[in-house]
Parts: sequence; C-alpha cells; structure tokens
Amino acid sequence: MDARDDIYEYSLDLHHGEEEGKKIRKKFMMVLAILSIVTIVEVAMGMMWSRDESMASILKYTFITLTLVKAGYITMIFMHLGDEKKSFQWTILLPYFVLIGYLIFICLTEAVYNSGIRPAIENYFGF
Amino acid sequence: MSGHVSQTAAPSHSDHSAGAWAGGTSPYKISYGKMMMWFFLVSDAFTFSGLLTAYGYMRHKYTDIWPTAGDVFTHFPFYDGHIELAYVAFMTFVLIASSVTMVLAVEAGHRMNKKQVQFWMVLTIVGGLIFVGSQAWEWYHFIHGTEHGAYLLEDGVTVMRHKIDPHTHVMEQGVFLVPENDQSGFREVSGAEAQAMLTNAEHIHGANLHHNEYGVPLFANFFFFITGFHGFHVFSGVVINFIIFLMVVEGKFEKTGHYEMVEKSGLYWHFVDLVWVFVFTFFYLL
Repeated sequence: MDARDDIYEYSLDLHHGEEEGKKIRKKFMMVLAILSIVTIVEVAMGMMWSRDESMASILKYTFITLTLVKAGYITMIFMHLGDEKKSFQWTILLPYFVLIGYLIFICLTEAVYNSGIRPAIENYFGF
Repeated sequence: MSGHVSQTAAPSHSDHSAGAWAGGTSPYKISYGKMMMWFFLVSDAFTFSGLLTAYGYMRHKYTDIWPTAGDVFTHFPFYDGHIELAYVAFMTFVLIASSVTMVLAVEAGHRMNKKQVQFWMVLTIVGGLIFVGSQAWEWYHFIHGTEHGAYLLEDGVTVMRHKIDPHTHVMEQGVFLVPENDQSGFREVSGAEAQAMLTNAEHIHGANLHHNEYGVPLFANFFFFITGFHGFHVFSGVVINFIIFLMVVEGKFEKTGHYEMVEKSGLYWHFVDLVWVFVFTFFYLL
C-alpha cells in the first residue's frame, strides 16, 4: 500500500526509541502499583467498616474519591489523554462533566418526589 | 519524536503560523480513527453513567433494606467458607493488569517491535478471558444462591430471609427477617407468626429477574443488567483484540508503518477497565 502524501499520519509522532520506552514502561508499572494498592485499601476498608454505621459516610466519600483517583490514572496515563492537546482533553472531558453535574443535580432535586412516585413504582416493581 | 514525519507529512502541517483551526491540519493533532474512538467512548460512558445513576437512585430509595454486596458475593473458588468481595477484588486486579499489558502492547507498537506487541496482546486477551469467566462464575453463584435459600411470601414480592450473623455466618434457626411495611428496615419474625407466614410461602434459591433470595428484586435486576452490559463490553473487547492480534501476526501494521490499530483497541480496552472501576465502587463497595 502506498502512503498517501495528503494525509498526515499523526500516529507516527508517537514513535519512540528504546531508551524512552524504558522510561515509559516504568511509569506504567508505577501506575499499576498505585491502582493495585488503592484497590486493596478499598477492599480492606470495606471488610473492616462496611457494617459500622458511624463510618458509613466517611467510607462513601473515601471510596468515591479513590475511584476518581483511579479513573484519573487510567484516562490520563493508560489512555494517553494526558499526552493529547489541551483542547482535545477538554473536548472529551467537558461534555462528560456537564452530564455528571446534571445527573447529580437531578438526583438531588427531583428525588424529593420519592413519596409521590412511590405508588407507581410499587405497582411496577411490586414492592 | 521526530524523524518519521518526512515519510508522509503534508506541506500544510508544518505551517503553524495560520493557527490550529485555520485548516489544512488537524487542530487536535490526532488521527481520525483515534478521535472517533474517543467520541464513541464518551457516548458509551454516558450510557454507563445513566445505568449507575439509576442504580444509585434506587439504592438510596431503599437504603435500609437494600442487600449488602458483602453478604451476597462471598464465594471464592476452592474455598468453602465466606470471604467478602475477595473474588471481586481479584477480578478487578485481573482487569487492571490486563489494562497494563495492553498499554505495554501499545508502547511496543511505538517502537515497531512486532514480537512484543504480539506477546502483550496475548496476555491481554488471556486476562480478558479470565475476567469474563470469573463473571460467569459469579453469575452462576448468584443465580443458584445458598443452600438454605429464602421464602417468597404470599404476596409474591416480599422476601423473608433467615437471620444470619454477618460476622460468624451462623444461621439462627426459626428466626427470620422481613422488611418493614414502610421499608425502613427489617423486623424479626419467629415462632407461630413465622409459621403462619411460611404456610403459603415459596422456598426460593438465588436470584433471577422475578425474585431475589437476598432481598429486593431490583438489586438482582440491576446486577444482571449492569454487570451483563459491562461483561458484554469485555467480551467484545476480547474479540476485537483477537482480530487485531491476528492482523499483527499477519504483519499488516509492519507494512502500514505504525500500530495505531492497537492503540485504538487499547483505548476501548482501557475504557472497559475504567467502567469496571466505577461498577466495582458503586455496586460492590457502596
């Protein structure tokens, strides 16, 4: 297949040599270690305190924070979003942040109608 | 980073003076295929956040009678006792590890090292298969349930469960738990009252889309739908990775001059891992 000269192959910019590869691989191993440790900590916390009512809200927010930390490492390092242009990072992340913000808003405000929609849900799901 | 550009560079690319959005160059400096994969992943992420939000809403609506994942998923292969969530933690680790092998395949592709790309892709596929298998195993246990089971009362929806100590896993004979009418918690039932309730009750084991031994049926519905939807993503990921692995073996990307296809399937694979991180937290931990 002949290379077309009117299309710029952006993926070729990502090629690197052996030396740089070593550094990059080391970074991946660091991320693996971080993700594993965070997961182990989460499970251990769950085992110790999941039935302790007083710890419930601390656990909830710790788990959500740790999850966001893990998600950040996966998208920025593994998916290389951190290496893309700033404008592209925002193109990907902004719609998502807007949607999540909207979903949280709708859950916090509309959930007060719980008692109102309850009979309908009871009818539908049977409890 | 440079040196390869000369192969295919279009003249307009080097002209930065016109600005990134002036045409003739990709403003994001990213290839079409990769960008489209990202856009697909964003839309897929919307779907999963919708599912998880629906789950969170129902979980909080029935917060006092919702089954604790730690009580449901206690099985571990070749071990007869109860270890809370240990197997799910193992599955999470397998998926994270396969994400690392995938990113190593991508990195090897950047060095045009075909042998290493093959090696890491095989490991990724194996990791994916272990994960899908583990999920099937977990579904099996969830569907079959426990030996003692629970009782579906006459109304066809309320589940009366045996009272079991969450720490020692010892069952209290003749004592049962039923949800309060206003769903504010459980009340203990025993003796004649329990016998009366049991007369027309159906003995059930495990969970399906109609009833759930562990309590609220919605828990089972969400479990099957969310983990099933995610598991289907993992399965498709394994298939895609396998096809691209075959293309690597054929030497297709040696000819093209880059392993961008591995990067694209890698993006999808990492996304599957990313979703699992959230499913793990919101379904199993919270």
